[in-house]
Amino acid sequence: MRALVAMSGGVDSSVAAALMLEQGYEVVGVTLKQWEEPDGALPVAGCCTLADAEDARRVAAQLDIPYYVLDYIEEFRAAVVEPFAQGYLNGLTPNPCIECNRNVRFDALLERTSALGCDVLVTGHHARIVEVDGVYRLRRAVDDTKDQSYVLHMLNQQALSKVRLPIGEMTKAAVREYAAGMGLRTAVKADSQDICFVASGDYRDFLRTTHPEVAAPGAIVDTTGAVVGEHAGTADFTIGQRKGLGVAVGEARYVVDIDPRERTVTIGTRDDLLVSDCVVRDMRLVHTAPRVGDRVAVKVRYRSDPVDATITAVGDQWRFVFDEPQVRPAPGQTLVMYDGEFVLGGGIIIDGRREIERR
Amino acid sequence: MNHIYLDHAATTALRPCAAEAMAWAYTHANANASGLHQPARQAKNAMEEAREEAAALLGASRPLDVVFTAGGTEANNLAISGVALASSRRTVVVSDVEHDAVLHTARSLTRFGYDIKTVGVDRSCRIAPDDVANVVDSDTAIVSIMAANNEIGTIQPVAEIAAGVRAVDPTIPIHTDAVQAFVSEPVTRASTGADLISLAAHKFGGPKGVGLLVVNREVRIDPILHGGGQEAGRRPGTYNVAGIVAMVAAMKRAAETRDQFRSEVGRERDTFEATLLAGWPDAVVNGGGAPRLVQHSHIHFPGISAETLLIRLDQAGVGASAGSACQSGAVEPSHVLTAMGFSQAAAGECVRFTFGWSTKPGEGSDAAHRILSVLGELR
Repeated sequence: MRALVAMSGGVDSSVAAALMLEQGYEVVGVTLKQWEEPDGALPVAGCCTLADAEDARRVAAQLDIPYYVLDYIEEFRAAVVEPFAQGYLNGLTPNPCIECNRNVRFDALLERTSALGCDVLVTGHHARIVEVDGVYRLRRAVDDTKDQSYVLHMLNQQALSKVRLPIGEMTKAAVREYAAGMGLRTAVKADSQDICFVASGDYRDFLRTTHPEVAAPGAIVDTTGAVVGEHAGTADFTIGQRKGLGVAVGEARYVVDIDPRERTVTIGTRDDLLVSDCVVRDMRLVHTAPRVGDRVAVKVRYRSDPVDATITAVGDQWRFVFDEPQVRPAPGQTLVMYDGEFVLGGGIIIDGRREIERR
Repeated sequence: MNHIYLDHAATTALRPCAAEAMAWAYTHANANASGLHQPARQAKNAMEEAREEAAALLGASRPLDVVFTAGGTEANNLAISGVALASSRRTVVVSDVEHDAVLHTARSLTRFGYDIKTVGVDRSCRIAPDDVANVVDSDTAIVSIMAANNEIGTIQPVAEIAAGVRAVDPTIPIHTDAVQAFVSEPVTRASTGADLISLAAHKFGGPKGVGLLVVNREVRIDPILHGGGQEAGRRPGTYNVAGIVAMVAAMKRAAETRDQFRSEVGRERDTFEATLLAGWPDAVVNGGGAPRLVQHSHIHFPGISAETLLIRLDQAGVGASAGSACQSGAVEPSHVLTAMGFSQAAAGECVRFTFGWSTKPGEGSDAAHRILSVLGELR
């Protein structure tokens, strides 16, 4: 049996490769090259930096497995980078890492898995795949604090049947201990957080360079519509943002709405941010579709706990009514539904209120 | 399974004569050749003998026309930037299919106010001499046209191009990057008509990190590195005597055995292509319609991802390449194929197989069968 291991240069995928070897697989390591700076240099931040590719290469050499870097720059640019910029221009808060998983990485890797004569695709994600009676389910990781099932919600039955996630069965501490025990150079490496194509770490710098039209000044208004300040472009803002508003008011103020057409950013109190429901598009399901009336737990941000909700609409657009009002999720981010520890699927959050107004 | 190495254009095996020369030099000529003492004179002497041999092999008018560098890239940088910086003219003429060491050097000069004029190629990667003559004028500081393309293997009509340029203006210096051509094609000042010629040792069986630039005595050239006065002020840095004598030993051997190389390596390459095309009729030999280096085989496999094919071939014990490898090792779309009119998608379906002096009889046919077997699995 042969395994294709997606190696990011981090400790998790390094150990995943080692574990597959231990299980008797013939292992091939790959890294997807998704981005380069205009001068051809590799990114210095994020998950596919030159240093990371070198780490992956060195780990592969230590494990004595072949290792290749595959060029996906064009696919990534079209499916992730350009929609990311357009999203911000349209008042959204895109999540490029999720879009990448949904539209580039797994399709590319699964295609390569068969083209390179491999039987399974292995990644270093913290999540588990469970098979019962021919049905594959995606489950939260053993290490709850490191769980990444949220970013894998797009894996359907066909994908799940091919993917192996050996790291999901281990705590992060155990992963590091294993790596240290094998003397892998990535054992003590920090986790990466940054967006791979945003070298400076601030997406606003990236947008100003690639899409100068983001510089479109406008008004900051309060919830009554009164102008309380000005801004340099709506793309600088995210729903729920508190810092950097440039408006001095007594009580804490948050961005509660962004309207790129009117070029206005609305600020309000924390109470103004609360909403009772959430609408998503492009739902991807792990297996069977939940129905209207079903009770689910939903995560509307990567780093927040699931909250209880009821499904009130399915189809092109899904609506979730929260049991308790929630801080308004930013349109463009991802909602993932859970049944206990199991992922049911997920979609992209849209601005439900505007959709209603338009009808 | 034995590995069949078909990436000799990337680098080829070190010739035993070069290894011996290098070992000898590190033992008997290891002093700094710029010194005044006896060991220095011995090192200097070994190097100057090598320079005389290199000059003779390349038909340079005098040994001093040979400038030793740290490789082909540096030789190309020195030729383009060195000549442009010493000139009062401000235009550099290159072809679209030059190696990045030429193209990027020319591009870097635009920051200092120079213009670049480029000349295209046909579907076989061949440059039309008139196209070059038509873009040179009284502002042309240098013309740089490669002797043979490093990816496709297409041999360029450099002598004709040089004659055409001189008919417009006889004072324009002409450079040729002969890094890929030297091992199998006669490369001299007379055969190329060039005033400047770049070579890299490791492409013809010498060590890496050493090369040379022939600079005709009438060409004005500024140094691009700054330091000591070595190489008559044209290239500073302590002389790499061992590398230089090893390079020239390999050069000499390559020149002496060139006819044998052409017939033996050419036969392996031809058998390889015939076997491959018989078993996979979809395949197309790129540059097949033009004069080609005997060691090159650049093949388009319609519908097959070159990246996937290369990885599968690696697993099947055949080492080949596509495009040029970036720093991370990913295969990037080739500017050469783009210039030849290939779409991005078609360019991603082309693989380069290159043979060399250490290719063993039968490897061409063996490799073709392994490729056919992988192609069968990919279909």
